[in-house]
Amino acid sequence: MSYTRRQLAKAPTGIQGLDEITGGGLPKGRPTLICGNTGCGKTLLAIEFLVRGATQFNEPGVFMAFEETGKDLIQNVASLGFDLKGLIARKKLALDSVYIERSEIEESGEYDLEGLFIRLGQAIDSIGAKRVVLDTIESLFAGLPNPLILRAELRRLFRWLKAKGVTAIVTGETGQETLTRQGLEEYVSDCVIVLDHRVSEQVSSRRLRVVKYRGSTHGTNEYPFLIDEDGISVLPITSLGLQQTASSRRIPTGVARLDAMLGGAGYFRGSSVLISGTAGTGKSSLAAHFAEAACRRGEKVLFFAFEESPCQIMRNMGSIGIDLQPWVKKGLLQFQATRPTFTGLERHLATIHKAINVFKPEVVIVDPLNSFIIGSNEIEVKSMLMRLMDFLKMKQITGLFTSLTTSGGSLEQSEAAISSLIDTWLLVRDIEFGGERNRGLSILKSRGMVHSNQIREFLLTDHGVELRDVYVGASGMLTGSARLTQEAQEKAAILGHDQEADFRRIELERKRTTLEAKIAVMRAEFAMEEIASVKIIGQEKAEKTQLLHDRADMGLSRQADAKPNKRTRDEE
Amino acid sequence: MNKKPAKSTPRQAESKQYVLRLFVAGQTPKSIRAIMNIKSICEENLKGRYVLDVIDLYQQPQLAQGDQIVAVPTLIKKLPPPLRRIIGDMSDTERVLVGLDLRIKSRCRENQ
Repeated sequence: MSYTRRQLAKAPTGIQGLDEITGGGLPKGRPTLICGNTGCGKTLLAIEFLVRGATQFNEPGVFMAFEETGKDLIQNVASLGFDLKGLIARKKLALDSVYIERSEIEESGEYDLEGLFIRLGQAIDSIGAKRVVLDTIESLFAGLPNPLILRAELRRLFRWLKAKGVTAIVTGETGQETLTRQGLEEYVSDCVIVLDHRVSEQVSSRRLRVVKYRGSTHGTNEYPFLIDEDGISVLPITSLGLQQTASSRRIPTGVARLDAMLGGAGYFRGSSVLISGTAGTGKSSLAAHFAEAACRRGEKVLFFAFEESPCQIMRNMGSIGIDLQPWVKKGLLQFQATRPTFTGLERHLATIHKAINVFKPEVVIVDPLNSFIIGSNEIEVKSMLMRLMDFLKMKQITGLFTSLTTSGGSLEQSEAAISSLIDTWLLVRDIEFGGERNRGLSILKSRGMVHSNQIREFLLTDHGVELRDVYVGASGMLTGSARLTQEAQEKAAILGHDQEADFRRIELERKRTTLEAKIAVMRAEFAMEEIASVKIIGQEKAEKTQLLHDRADMGLSRQADAKPNKRTRDEE
Repeated sequence: MNKKPAKSTPRQAESKQYVLRLFVAGQTPKSIRAIMNIKSICEENLKGRYVLDVIDLYQQPQLAQGDQIVAVPTLIKKLPPPLRRIIGDMSDTERVLVGLDLRIKSRCRENQ
């Protein structure tokens, strides 16, 4: 024998989420108690357990109803797409409704519930059932006298069910102090699940909790669940761990300057992006840009709008040059618009899940997130958003959420509940200065990438969002017309400088010309002087030569020899 | 037949034919007791005007669903109307007689 840890054998319920919480399903071959108030979904959960068992796991089931007739039951669950008649015809399901009319019963002496056992046994054997539901067996206490006998018989019944090896669900109404009115939890001790249906702030929500699961680990929290057209789904649909893969692929934001601010490449694929800001700061416009950019790349975008109708969004985005209509027509962009108060959070979450599973988008946009927060349900909203973000990350879907912050309070504070879940957080804010409001955009955080720390001015133009550098100077940060004025002043100053330089150049040129002219005149004068001087020198030379000649001639004429002539030369 | 069955007096009931069906599960002491008790009650109160079927559900389990049997032994008074069920081993004769509309319930309680 090996000592590997052996898990308790489990019967998968096939109910979305429940198998995750219970680690595989209900204890196989044992009874499970499901209790809760009226209308909390006990019967439905039980029915779904049987239907899924019969259709998905090839385990036929017996439903024994103590409160409804078979006909009613078939009608009631038909709306959920459960075809009980068909299952009965194919011998996958047996339905038996136990009807006890207290007024026509007289007790005379000891009795037992062997009749019930026989009926149940007959039903189980007729289709080879592996699953049994008793809904709600406590009705017996109302219909039959002598609770002592009933208790003993119920104990025997659960033992008998175990011996039969069927996986059973027993339902019970919540009692005053005990989990069930008749204390059924005493008899069914392997697995107890409590359902709850509560209304808070006029929004109803359903919760499921595994109180006890003998021999198995299980999630112990209260999990929201809901009943919709496909039956029950328990949230979280995602697993309880943090095991998403992180993509290093980047996708553009749709605004080139914003891409540049986010390390030049945009958001990470599969990351969660939050754009928060006060009213009218252009959150939706940024979201629309992102949606359009994704559609251009041929990716599918699912847009959950909780404040505006799709038509209104498209009109408004058209005004800033973002045309979403063609993408809707192409089927790349889908809008899902509902009022946040329309249903409870869980239903919203489930609707979102369902829409995502059907549409399989690459990008999901939720605009805005915090319209869910009504009153004091922030914790619930956080847990819902956490589930949503987990789900998106698991599916490698990029999620872009907008969040409206109230002016006055700190912009960061109101998002404290979800900030830890966000990978990239953009802040758009009003900058009030010089008698006008302008928009500024900054990156509060962006995990895993180099990003700009600068505040950029954010303009909504007729061709979309534009980001501009803000003017930062001695007088602080300037935006809008103040920035424009400042820029104009700077331009004028630069122009002035340019003109001055030109002027100086011309002046210099002029000076140079003057100088050159002067030089020419002087040169001319000099030339004339030179000529004159040369002339004089020539004359003097000529005169000297002449003098010498004259002297020689005179010597000759005096008949002197050459010697004195030479001597004179030496003397010179 | 009788238009006001709820108010039928023992005297009126005396003239009617009784159709009774007793469901038991096997030959347990409880079953045997029930059969013996009901037989003697019938012989005493309904002599000559009753039909009593005893059905063993182990032999005919399919009958349990149709007659809505949960507890055993169950005696069903099919006729005369209204339909009545008496559960138990029939050891409390007074209650059996009330169940068979041979005693008026309120008087029965006063007697107790």
